[in-house]
Amino acid sequence: MERIPVLRMGRVLLVTIQVDLQDQMALQLQDDLSAKIEQTGATGVLIDISALEIVDSFIGRMLAGISGIARVLDATTVVVGMQPAVAITLVELGLSLEGVRTALDVERGMALLRADGRDTLDD
Amino acid sequence: MQIENSAFERVLDADPAAFVADWLNEVRASASSSGAGASATGDADARGLVEALRAGVRGGAPLGRFDDAGWQSLREGLASLSASRAAQGASAGDTSHFVMAVKRPLVLGLQRQVGDDPQKLFDLMWLVSTFVDKMAQWTSGTFQKSREEVIRRQQEELLELSTPVVKLWEGVLAVPMIGTLDSSRTQIVMESLLQRIVETGSELAIIDITGVPTVDTLVAQHLLKTVTAIRLMGADCIISGIRPQIAQTIVHLGIDLQGIVTKATLADALAVAIRRAGFTVTREKR
Repeated sequence: MERIPVLRMGRVLLVTIQVDLQDQMALQLQDDLSAKIEQTGATGVLIDISALEIVDSFIGRMLAGISGIARVLDATTVVVGMQPAVAITLVELGLSLEGVRTALDVERGMALLRADGRDTLDD
Repeated sequence: MQIENSAFERVLDADPAAFVADWLNEVRASASSSGAGASATGDADARGLVEALRAGVRGGAPLGRFDDAGWQSLREGLASLSASRAAQGASAGDTSHFVMAVKRPLVLGLQRQVGDDPQKLFDLMWLVSTFVDKMAQWTSGTFQKSREEVIRRQQEELLELSTPVVKLWEGVLAVPMIGTLDSSRTQIVMESLLQRIVETGSELAIIDITGVPTVDTLVAQHLLKTVTAIRLMGADCIISGIRPQIAQTIVHLGIDLQGIVTKATLADALAVAIRRAGFTVTREKR
């Protein structure tokens, strides 16, 4: 099964979703990501979903779930690059992703995490 | 059936040019005082319809059943007539009047053919009368459909016209909403706004509702949805142009706009946007 890679950049974990997300892959990602946060002590998680064109309620809930897990492990989650169609779908599904931070692109997402002033502590 | 059709065929074949001329004379003679009955294309229209009528009669299509496949070309002719009349702005009454006027030349022709047999003449006249009525009915039906098509297209054009997304400042977009907000309009506004946010990478969108006459719970829900979608994409949203009456309505309806930045005027919203972007506006001393 395909796996979504989790990259480490300083104290930020970068996840880029380039394929249509299957439910099983999403669950795998949730596992991998929580393990990696624990392992690396990351303080920020950046999920780039700019290539994601189709979402369902499961994926929406999973994004909220990842953010919740990361928060418990003391990391801030930023979801970046959401497509208009995806945003409209999530709103129509009644998922407003409360508590998940969002940004227009990776650059702005990184700036948001940096503004938290936590990823500069180690280097 | 065959006997009737041959009688009609003889009527139409006798002198097609004179038949068309009689028809148009009848249209002119009985036209309303405005004189809109006879249009410039009346001659060509009438000739085309006579041809279609003849083809149907010759093909043995039953006069009693207008929906028969044999009348296909006649129906198409009438449909294109009503479509062109609708486009020219003729009234429904004038258009069906044009078709009804064919009754007199037909009846006169029949009289010439079978005038010596009153019973047969009466039967044929009755057939002609009901048939022409059905032709006129079909014409009005398609006329109305073409008019509705025109109205629908105009509505769509209006929809696109009324929802421009404008760039107010570097990274600031604005949508001046005009008119009543319903689901389909809000959907279009939402889509075009979100698309422009992606294209321009703007971090702030201002929705100005100065031109929205009333805000009810449904409109408020549409606005909330738009704001949520904008937030999901990583941008922020300000709603401006809330008039005092609308502010009162919102509060009386118990609509919760908590967590949404609202401003009274577009100028206030722009000021907030400029400040957030880190600019200051100062007046130069003169």
